[in-house]
Amino acid sequence: MKKFDKERVLLAVAGPVIALAVAFVLSAIVLIASGKSPVEPYTLMFEQASFSDIQVLIINQASMYYIAALAVAIGFRMNLFNIGVDGQYQLAAMMAAIVGAHANLPAALQIPLLLLTAVCTGAFWSGIAGVLKVTRGVSEVVATIMLNAIATSVIAYLWLPSVFGVKVGNNNTTGEMHESGWVPGIDMGDAGEIYGLVFLAVLLGIGYWVVLNRTRFGFDLRASGASESAAAASGVDPKRMVLTAMLISGGIAGLAGLPILLGDTHTYSLNFPTGIGFLGIGIALLGRNSPVGIAFAALLWAWLDKASPELDFHDYDKEIAVIMQGLIVLSVVVSYEAVREWGLRRQQRRVGAELAAGHVLGADNNTTKEVAGR
Amino acid sequence: MTAVELAGITKRFPGVVANHDIHLTVRKGTVHALVGENGAGKSTLMKILYGMQKPDEGTIIIDGEQVGFSSPADAIARGIGMVHQHFMLADNLTVLENVVLGSEKLYGIGAKARRKIKEISDRYGLGVEPDRLVEELGVAARQRVEILKVLYRGATTLILDEPTAVLVPQEVDALFDNLRELKSEGLSVIFISHKLGEVLSVADEITVIRRGTTVGTAVPAETTPRQLAEMMVGSELPTPETAESTVTDRPVITVENLRLEAAGGKALLDDITFTIHAGEVLGIAGVEGNGQTELVDALIGLKAADSGTIKLVDEEITAWPTRKRREQGIGYIPEDRHRHGLLLEAPLWENRILGHVTEKPNAKGVWLDPKAAQDDTRRIVEAYDVRTPGIDVTAASLSGGNQQKLIVGREMSHKPRFLIAAHPTRGVDVGAQAAIWDHIREARREGLAVLLISADLDELIGLSDTLRVIYNGKLVADADPATITPEELGSAMTGAVTGHLEHEETAETPDLRKAPESGEDEAR
Repeated sequence: MKKFDKERVLLAVAGPVIALAVAFVLSAIVLIASGKSPVEPYTLMFEQASFSDIQVLIINQASMYYIAALAVAIGFRMNLFNIGVDGQYQLAAMMAAIVGAHANLPAALQIPLLLLTAVCTGAFWSGIAGVLKVTRGVSEVVATIMLNAIATSVIAYLWLPSVFGVKVGNNNTTGEMHESGWVPGIDMGDAGEIYGLVFLAVLLGIGYWVVLNRTRFGFDLRASGASESAAAASGVDPKRMVLTAMLISGGIAGLAGLPILLGDTHTYSLNFPTGIGFLGIGIALLGRNSPVGIAFAALLWAWLDKASPELDFHDYDKEIAVIMQGLIVLSVVVSYEAVREWGLRRQQRRVGAELAAGHVLGADNNTTKEVAGR
Repeated sequence: MTAVELAGITKRFPGVVANHDIHLTVRKGTVHALVGENGAGKSTLMKILYGMQKPDEGTIIIDGEQVGFSSPADAIARGIGMVHQHFMLADNLTVLENVVLGSEKLYGIGAKARRKIKEISDRYGLGVEPDRLVEELGVAARQRVEILKVLYRGATTLILDEPTAVLVPQEVDALFDNLRELKSEGLSVIFISHKLGEVLSVADEITVIRRGTTVGTAVPAETTPRQLAEMMVGSELPTPETAESTVTDRPVITVENLRLEAAGGKALLDDITFTIHAGEVLGIAGVEGNGQTELVDALIGLKAADSGTIKLVDEEITAWPTRKRREQGIGYIPEDRHRHGLLLEAPLWENRILGHVTEKPNAKGVWLDPKAAQDDTRRIVEAYDVRTPGIDVTAASLSGGNQQKLIVGREMSHKPRFLIAAHPTRGVDVGAQAAIWDHIREARREGLAVLLISADLDELIGLSDTLRVIYNGKLVADADPATITPEELGSAMTGAVTGHLEHEETAETPDLRKAPESGEDEAR
């Protein structure tokens, strides 16, 4: 049955390729409409990707996108839309920064402590939405959006000098973390340093795949996403599954900010990157919730981010990259649905054709059982 | 005088020929039955006649004139009307509003339309009241509204797609009276069905369709149901009858005073008490929507009982979650396999895991064992004759019968002690039906207890050792499948008769022998 395997690979690749092609064409149209060369920005951005310092920036950025997108993808796999990854990772990063600034254990304990703090904070924040959904039937989309807003306020409160804040000039910070909590990076010489926690992202990706595809829990989770009613009939407790998935999603989300926190900034300040959780949604969509797909999508996003500033020096607006990201998400949604339906119909036809041609599994005992009366 | 003539109709879908060289002639003022198994191509043919699909070859002649339809609107303009199997009515509108909806130009929406509806209703004896809300109407009345809707639009040829599937026998008779009325007024009716007794009683002519082509015509007066069925299947016919009784005295599932309430406190199930022994098939008869779905949900653990107990052999399982029930040997063939039995877009081998993810061979500890699950799927595919090119194709690519065989194979593979079989052969072709019956019978010989819920009364009577009738959430009657007829069962399904149903002498009156028991149950 290698045919159907090949078919699946083809379908998996067709969606993103079509979406990207459409997005590039549409962006080119935007460029032409604004009277600019539709080709040069791309050449400039591709050129950027060949510089090693930009490469390091891309990898570092992508690691955070990747973790955030995994958190979103866990939810997607069971039809939960955790739109609150943004609030979860920011709050979690802040809590980790605060703990890192006040606790001072040996590195072997300090780093796990910080990771655990982040996971628990993220899971706690998403768990609120999970509990609300399970007990009160509140849509997790609404609840997590609200929680994002609340997280912003909580962060502002924690920044107060009377609470955990430390003013550095005009900047709000949480104070410098103790060095035992710093995760050393990989020194790339002039190009900079790759965050040590890039490996955490890779491990999370592997863990995601193993749990989803090779464990009973993963099967239950996927079944819940594919058909809530069939999963319930198969013995999945839908409420517990919703809560568990929300907690895991939030827990992973909590880690999204840590590569930069433990690898570079060592404090949670006004300059800390925001919006990664929202970008994670688009990246998870483009990556089709698959760990490999998300990795490519995260790199693509990071490339658009890190290569676009160069455009400003050549009389193009770097916002063209943002337009592209938007167009990619749009075309991804359309093209995936189209490819999915096309693939399903195509397979139905092919199975019909194969059966008509007599290619039945175990064809030798395929005597006309239709008439086997009793 | 012919109303409709289809000649040489062929319709190909990629990989499949749905219709091949079909010939059908419907005379004016007759009821013409189109019979065939599920999947024989009846629906495709009717979609072609109703303009929903274009034939690849062949001609359609209406009233002596060749036509080409590109949409149902064209067909309606030519006087072809279709009454779908699933009604297309808006519940919160009145009958009048439903009828005029979309055809406001014909007779307006006011008094003129009401007069017209009255006129049609009286003329054909439909008894439709224009100002009732549709949600207040029963199934049979809704069907008459659908028929009226079609007539209101000027149809002279009516297509009725399996109109009796949702009706009890008494309602079927009333429908047939309406059809006779229609034909006496010169209208033609195309009646699609696979219930042969009905076809023989109402049709003037019969066309049999098998594997996408017309295999012959018959005149009811000269045909027996068996001949017709053999024509339909193309071979000797399977029957659901079970030969010898295998009932033992070991109770497997014992349900006592089970009660289930809707959100507002209305009883969906009330005072349900029964025992199924090893080797026994208990059949539940009833018009759909009388509590069958809720009963199944309560037994498999999807809904928690509000009171009462369920025991599996000697353990009380009332509080067990679904997974534990399944692990402990309750097999489940769901009523709606697409919603409850399959992951349509997942490959067959993942569907083999569904519902048994914690059990061997699917799992080792917390880990899945895809290899073993795949091997076992291959075994099921062969043993249960699931027609598929492989186990990696999605469940959605299989036909309904093959999907059902996979589900039956999966459930039987875990050696259940108690099997819930809800409509196990619904939407399944005759061949698969016979195979599924065989598997149930075989497991019953080995001591399986089965709860069988079915709308097919022949199947119920043929397979069951004991019959109970469910009406309005209560088990109101019981019957001996060896002597009862579908008609007698039908009366009990409408709630007209309760107690023990006795064939012949007291079929119409309740037997008092059972009354003390039910009185006792209520007292508890």
